[in-house]
Amino acid sequence: MSVLLIAEHNNKNLKPFTLNAISAASKIDAEVHVLVAGSGCESVAKEVAAVPLVKKVLHCDSPNYQNYLPENLAPLVTKNADKYDHIVASANTFGKNFMPRVAAALDTSQVSDIIKVNSPDTFVRPIYAGNAFATVKSNDKKRCVTIRPTSFEPAPKTGGSAQVDKVDAADIPNFSKFVKREETKSERPELGTARIVVSGGRGLESGENFKLINDIADKLNAAVGASRAAVDAGYISNDHQVGQTGKVVVPDLYIAVGISGAIQHLAGMKESKIIVAINKDGEAPIFSIADYGLEADLFKALPEFLSELNKLNTIQK
Amino acid sequence: MSTNPPDDNATEESVKLKESGKVKEIVAVTIGDDKAQETVRKALAVGADRGIHVKSDTYIEPLGIAKILKKVVEKEKPDMVFFGKQAIDDDCNQTGQMLAAMLNWPQATFSSKVTLKDKSMEIVREIDEGLETVEVNLPAVVTCDLRLNEPRYASLPNIMKAKKKPIDQMIAKDLGVDITNRVQQLKVEEPPKRKAGIKVANVAELVSKLKNEAKVI
Ligand SMILES: Cc1cc2nc3c(=O)[nH]c(=O)nc-3n(C[C@H](O)[C@H](O)[C@H](O)COP(=O)(O)OP(=O)(O)OC[C@H]3O[C@@H](n4cnc5c(N)ncnc54)[C@H](O)[C@@H]3O)c2cc1C
Repeated sequence: MSVLLIAEHNNKNLKPFTLNAISAASKIDAEVHVLVAGSGCESVAKEVAAVPLVKKVLHCDSPNYQNYLPENLAPLVTKNADKYDHIVASANTFGKNFMPRVAAALDTSQVSDIIKVNSPDTFVRPIYAGNAFATVKSNDKKRCVTIRPTSFEPAPKTGGSAQVDKVDAADIPNFSKFVKREETKSERPELGTARIVVSGGRGLESGENFKLINDIADKLNAAVGASRAAVDAGYISNDHQVGQTGKVVVPDLYIAVGISGAIQHLAGMKESKIIVAINKDGEAPIFSIADYGLEADLFKALPEFLSELNKLNTIQK
Repeated sequence: MSTNPPDDNATEESVKLKESGKVKEIVAVTIGDDKAQETVRKALAVGADRGIHVKSDTYIEPLGIAKILKKVVEKEKPDMVFFGKQAIDDDCNQTGQMLAAMLNWPQATFSSKVTLKDKSMEIVREIDEGLETVEVNLPAVVTCDLRLNEPRYASLPNIMKAKKKPIDQMIAKDLGVDITNRVQQLKVEEPPKRKAGIKVANVAELVSKLKNEAKVI
């Protein structure tokens, strides 16, 4: 049978993590169908149809789905779930929000945040803040699965031409309302998909001092991350938080500055290819997972770092 | 037995609503073995009025937990149900949303600000892109982020008083809901360990390593 994947988008463009979810879905079953539900989102349906791994697009256009309220979206997914063995979405704040509603409606025990597909019913997922990997087998007939996007390669974007079927909107309950979204706008790459991430922690001591982090990030074309302590202290907004209760990132290079390395932080970054730690405390736990550790005062080290980077003839972008 | 951290934020938020005069009664519910009762006692010690302990000596998946809570909600008829946004052991992030779906209620997940209005709540939610504000009609389910509030500690007199507050007991398997687990844990492994790294002497060495050895910049 086949997999139904729910696309995440902003009614104009597909969000990049959907491509990672598509590649994970294709490991469950080659017959991947994608539901694009939104308002005036035809361009997204087209974009998805061009992804070679996608075999069919279900396109539902209705103002009901403009802001993907879970109360509205879940009944649409449930209504279209009949023909599918698997319902799949990214394990980010989009998928986490609506998928359990679908699972409950289908009386299915959801498998959250998988990092590997062993077979159509057996998956690997991290538990205890990533300190253990559990292999789990779902005995449900229909399975709801959310995927940790950073654990799967993004699917190639072009070359396909899947059929696009229009589907009707479902009834909506009318008991929730979207008010507003305050998106942090940035010229920098997205935290979740950036090749390099530079993160600051409580050691930065203030929001103003994050300029030191931003300057390095701009030089390296990197995204800016943060520890929970830095977000809680108001140095930087919540969407920058890396960790168990924030975002999971797997960049080629992760630079942790003034971050002690609590397990909840490590849960969000320890799969990074190369980890650098800059911390004045030589005993900080972050050094135990760093490939390169620099024991130094960040207020001295970061300006030096910038000037060393400025000396380089070339920097990979 | 300790309370899952964001669940403390859930308790705190309900206590604050009660203190503001907008909520009449707080019922703290837990599902688990006898030791789980301690988490209800803790909630009673910071301001919940009474407790319900649904006893189960075996692990129940979020789907089963949500079904049990649905029974409790149908009996208690609350206007709001507060949860932590995720369990920090299995990180499933499901139960609140599942209960909301089963009750056909709206939900506000990952909440960092709650404003109670007449017949609705306005909630600021933490999402990947930043913040989102939604308005949900009552009754509703709210799941709480750690940033929603600062959970208080119980004072000794309140801990003593809490010992006298009632905790009703129910037995999970007598509630007439199907709580058989559907997901089987086949094995648990340690993730691959990172190989130990090195300390560099100065910034120049760091940059040189990143450029010439790791080749990441
Ligand atoms: C349920 C739960 C969930 C959590 N989820 C997350 C999460 O998702 N993400 C997360 O990050 N945390 C999370 N935490 C919090 C976590 O436990 C830590 O408290 C937090 O990560 C600490 O942040 P920090 O390293 O910035 O601060 P600290 O631990 O205070 O460390 C600051 C570091 O900066 C160094 N430093 C200070 N000044 C300088 C200087 N001038 N130069 C160089 N170094 C300096 C210090 O040596 C220290 O190592 C969670 C906690 C709980 C209980």
